Amino acid sequence: MSPKFEELTVGQEIGTRSIEVTRQDLVKYAGASGDFNPIHWNEAFATSVELPGVIAHGMFTMGSAVQLVSDWAGDPAAVVDYQTRFTKPVLVADTTGTDEAGAVIDVTGVVGALDAEAGTVRIDLTVVAAGQKVLMKSQAVVKVS
Amino acid sequence: MSINPDLQGRSYPAAEVYDVSREKIREFAKAVKASNPAHFDVETARAMGHSDLVAPPTFAIIVAQRADAQLVEDPESGIDFSRVVHADQRFTHHRAIVAGDRLVAELHVDGVRAMGGGAMITTRSEIFALDGNDDREKVATTTSSILVRGEGQ
Repeated sequence: MSPKFEELTVGQEIGTRSIEVTRQDLVKYAGASGDFNPIHWNEAFATSVELPGVIAHGMFTMGSAVQLVSDWAGDPAAVVDYQTRFTKPVLVADTTGTDEAGAVIDVTGVVGALDAEAGTVRIDLTVVAAGQKVLMKSQAVVKVS
Repeated sequence: MSINPDLQGRSYPAAEVYDVSREKIREFAKAVKASNPAHFDVETARAMGHSDLVAPPTFAIIVAQRADAQLVEDPESGIDFSRVVHADQRFTHHRAIVAGDRLVAELHVDGVRAMGGGAMITTRSEIFALDGNDDREKVATTTSSILVRGEGQ
């Protein structure tokens, strides 16, 4: 069921999602996106450029966080605008060979604004990993009927 | 080497064509942990009114980062890729990207700002789909800021 404009109010929560991330997920994202920067898969390289360890692609975090919105909207094409600032890196521990996640990203979506003329709703995302906000001003504009 | 301040205002014309395939949409969708059937099942996507599989909202990054590579790899730019941090990103979709699209991106360097020993560079990619006559239809505008860290930053 896609959301109805008249049933939405500012401040309303659209849902939450917990995303488990492993080093393998970063390798998959590197292949799918074409971003092979070794800071996303090689520990020695990451620490040599003064990072605390392997970090997730900012675009992996941005791309996976918006899935909450795509599913809420019903049709992913309804997401007409999506922006974010990358404020903190998501450090992904090496848990290869175990069932453990290397990091967990928690996403919450709230109705931030309604534009009756454009028929759009702005969803503001709060995206947290290891107790820190990793995205800021993460906003998706969704066309609703 | 420091960042060339003359980069501001520079444009790189559309180069290679990016062919959007169903399998790339499925692969990218899985990689961002998307499960919406519009990315995977053609029948479902068509029932929603799309001509084919729909790309996830951040799919255009593939085309935008290829366009950005022209700048990063430009020997005149002075950008050391290993010192690049992604600072912000925005996608504005004029219409959804679907399988079968033939995309080109035009890159514009909108801002270059010195920050400490490094620089913040803002780029914009105008992404178009080509039709059978190679006429362009506006599909998406992406903007991105990268921070190039200076020594010791």
